[in-house]
Amino acid sequence: MNAYYDEVQELKAQYPDWRSAALPALRLAQERHGYLSADALRECADALGTTPAFCEAVASFYDMFHLRPVGRRLVEVCTNVSCALAGAQQVLEALEHELGVAAGGTTDDGEITLRTVECLGGCGWATIVALDHTYRTHVGPDDVPAIVEEIRGG
Amino acid sequence: MAEARQIVFADAAERDLTKLAEYEAVGGYAMLEKARAMTPQAVIEEVVASELRGRGGAFFPTGRKWSFVPKPEQNPNPHYLLVNADESEPGSFKDNEIMARVPHRLIEGCLITAHAVESTHVFIYIRGEYTGPYRVLVAALEELHERPDLRGDVTIVLHRGAGAYICGEETALLESLEGKRGQPRTKPPFPAIAGLYASPTVVNNVETIATVPQVLAMGGAEYAKLGVPDSRGTRVVSISGHVARPGNYEIENGVSLRSLIDDLGGGVPDGHALKAVIPGGSSTVILRADEIDVGYDFNSLLKLNTAMGSAGVVAIDERCCMVQLGIRVSEFYEHESCGKCTPCREGTRWTTAILRRLEGGTATQGDLDLLLDVCDRINGKCLCPLGETAAIAIASYVDKFPGEFQAHIDEGGCPFGDSSPLHDVLAPVAQHAHHPSATVPA
Repeated sequence: MNAYYDEVQELKAQYPDWRSAALPALRLAQERHGYLSADALRECADALGTTPAFCEAVASFYDMFHLRPVGRRLVEVCTNVSCALAGAQQVLEALEHELGVAAGGTTDDGEITLRTVECLGGCGWATIVALDHTYRTHVGPDDVPAIVEEIRGG
Repeated sequence: MAEARQIVFADAAERDLTKLAEYEAVGGYAMLEKARAMTPQAVIEEVVASELRGRGGAFFPTGRKWSFVPKPEQNPNPHYLLVNADESEPGSFKDNEIMARVPHRLIEGCLITAHAVESTHVFIYIRGEYTGPYRVLVAALEELHERPDLRGDVTIVLHRGAGAYICGEETALLESLEGKRGQPRTKPPFPAIAGLYASPTVVNNVETIATVPQVLAMGGAEYAKLGVPDSRGTRVVSISGHVARPGNYEIENGVSLRSLIDDLGGGVPDGHALKAVIPGGSSTVILRADEIDVGYDFNSLLKLNTAMGSAGVVAIDERCCMVQLGIRVSEFYEHESCGKCTPCREGTRWTTAILRRLEGGTATQGDLDLLLDVCDRINGKCLCPLGETAAIAIASYVDKFPGEFQAHIDEGGCPFGDSSPLHDVLAPVAQHAHHPSATVPA
């Protein structure tokens, strides 16, 4: 068996029932495969001791799980009320322009996915842009070129 | 107006309380020792005396919730404590900062609460997007691991969500922690009787649990002297939107909502005028600017038919269109509806569609009635409050700003257009239409 299988066994041991390890096991599988491909779901199911269908049914409920390929880097813009009031749409449009891709899509080289997300719980530091889930706060359209350069560089 | 005496954030401005040694230097974990010298029943009585109520939004009396948990001799199943750190209510970001700045106060609260409800298994369910607070809690729990004298026989598992607003609802939270799709359960049975794995489970919000050590330090009766009747103690309020100084502020319950906006928040910037305030996260009834001379407490807001909710105060200035606000809020609930109950799943799609017709200038007079009718058909007809709060919030925009909705019909479109900051904001639910080839090449 592989390292992933062993890690999932450790996760299962933390909980009174193996099923509770489903979310962390899916998260790990996604980290390994980039997204939850058929292979990733099967690997996850084998490690949990369940079926790929169960894993896919769970994964499809949650926004942070990707059932289709995504870029290596993920850029997420909160466009909920407080960020929208601070000008999130302008930040989003600047990112679309700078990256050359519409929200919901991935750059032609397959590197960067841009998408809008619901409230990230950073309303007081709007606009929030999450780069691979690390929050950038108080982002304005003028900050976008530097952010994109940083992502492209890293 | 200054902030209140700091309870949740006590000493956090002066010291780095993410470190266990620093937290202990200001008396941290002393209340755990005190609690463990008391009977579980005595701890519960102290919390009952404090009149502490849940800070997640439902405002249920905390001590009473704990008292519902059966004694081990009544129910031999393990008892669980589940801390709800799935903060996702638009406008709320207090738990984010509480976990990031006073993680040990939360952990001490967990250990005290575990003692009170006779549990040795604690789960902290933190939303998946909160990577910053997650790392802080991991480090704090590692410090705790080295201190068997503190953790005793209690295990605390930090469990990460994966992006779903509905999981903040306590029964959806339980389903999600059980590794399933986060769809709410039918109540009763309530979690205190049959929660995690059908065992007795106490579900409390981060701020509630982080307040518990301070309640013991002050004594319940002393804590209950702060605030106003039915809303005791302090509250961490998240202020955002059109204010000069957005942020989290710990206030005493009962101060005026206007002072939160004008004094703590620094008022509306750039010479704009306040138009409306969302008082407790997007799930609450909106207030017009002329309604905010009201105490920020349960009873005062109830008189205006609204609530503190999760204490997310959002200020909105005069440039904003209330139909556009309705669209954005409706799209959020449409996206986050778990799909289990038809009135919520279908109703939120309908409210979005009707609001879009209003904004686009194709709505008829009947559409306004239809909008309120759809809201009415969601209310009280679902397992959980998600659809209901969407309906209540959207209906309140019509109720508080009827002329503005009427103008969209009479003028055949939006009087604000793109001068409103909420114009044409791309919501996740509309993203696939925005990017038709959103399926990425493999």
